[in-house]
Amino acid sequence: MEVPILRQGQFLIASIQSALTDADLSHLREALIAQVGRSRCRGVIVDVTALDVMDSFAVRTLGDIAHMARLRGAETVIVGIQPDVAFAMVQLGLTLKGVATVLDLEEGLAFLNRRTEERFVETRPKKPSGRG
Amino acid sequence: MDTKKGMSVSTRASEAPVLSESSAGLLRELVAHLRQNRTQLREEWARRITRAELLTAMTEEEIFAEATAVYDNYVEALETGTFEALQAYSRRLSERIIPRGVETDEVVGIVLLLRDVLARSLFTKYQDNVEKLNRILDSYEPAANRIANTVAVGFVEERERIIRQQQEAIRELSTPVLQVRERLLILPIIGVIDPQRARQLTEQLLRAIRANRAKVVVIDVTGVAAMDSGVANHLVQTVEASRLLGATVIVTGLSPEIAQTLVTIGVDLSEMATVGDLQGGIEEAERLLADRAPPSTQMRELPPETNR
Repeated sequence: MEVPILRQGQFLIASIQSALTDADLSHLREALIAQVGRSRCRGVIVDVTALDVMDSFAVRTLGDIAHMARLRGAETVIVGIQPDVAFAMVQLGLTLKGVATVLDLEEGLAFLNRRTEERFVETRPKKPSGRG
Repeated sequence: MDTKKGMSVSTRASEAPVLSESSAGLLRELVAHLRQNRTQLREEWARRITRAELLTAMTEEEIFAEATAVYDNYVEALETGTFEALQAYSRRLSERIIPRGVETDEVVGIVLLLRDVLARSLFTKYQDNVEKLNRILDSYEPAANRIANTVAVGFVEERERIIRQQQEAIRELSTPVLQVRERLLILPIIGVIDPQRARQLTEQLLRAIRANRAKVVVIDVTGVAAMDSGVANHLVQTVEASRLLGATVIVTGLSPEIAQTLVTIGVDLSEMATVGDLQGGIEEAERLLADRAPPSTQMRELPPETNR
């Protein structure tokens, strides 16, 4: 089952609609990492609202996506983890360390907007000082 | 007295040949006797209740009124051999008297007193005819014991129901998730945390985070007297699960004893944000929430700082 990857401004949104096999997940990872560079985007949102189960492979793949996307210059945020799923994940020790997670898509967009603007603000004053 | 005795003898003579019928007949006779002497036996019973100092929480009139109702139900149960009505009555009775502090031993005591009162009246009535008295008692005793059982069990069941209800209420009360202001939740934990409660607590918190779209949660453990490694690990899990839902958790009010135990037994809480007391925790939470305020305000503040 193919996961649609939508482009919204500077961000890519991958919205998972149903349970995915390991192969689907690997495919999603490859497609996302490829697109990050192609569309020069600054952020990736993976929406897992529809998932009521997440196994270790799925969690690891999400973590991999986040780390790989960072190497390609984009921030990743996982949105919409269900309370029950979150509880099950921590009990299995799958805590997605180092990966940003927020409540839902709206929060995810706000988070990425804030992060990219912060970066913008941080980098802008440097340029004049570098020139001068 | 003479006529009564004559009557009982004659009925006995007529029913003697059919034994199975005679026990039903005896019970009928017994019921008739109890109906006839209702006022007197009931008064005797109420007197003995007062003398035994049972049901001290109730007035004499109340005791008499309840005694009348119990007596009638008792006789009816003897007559019909069905206990549903008595069960329903004892349930209603328990509902009425339990809030007034009536104890189990009192209820069992009064039912046994009634049994004694009635048995004694049977002794008086049939004292001249031991063989008949034995047969009457044979049919009276099992029924009377079952009645006593029914009433006592009904009372205990009602108490247990109330206890269950209260346990449920306490459990609900013990884990309130409070919204202090938009996006900020407080979870004060009071009392002992067992694994079941810890789990319920986490589930409730996660649901509240979702429902209130919370960004920061302050868990206050001032009211927790002791914490073992199991509970501490569960707290860590709660923090991690909350982060997966996008909420930051601040733990406040860890007592000196708990701090010492946790470090001594080597629980790793380095991942957890902890602040001394609830006030500090809320201040920290406000700060975190302000950080997440619209970026436009940050843009105005940041450049001067970087210029410095």
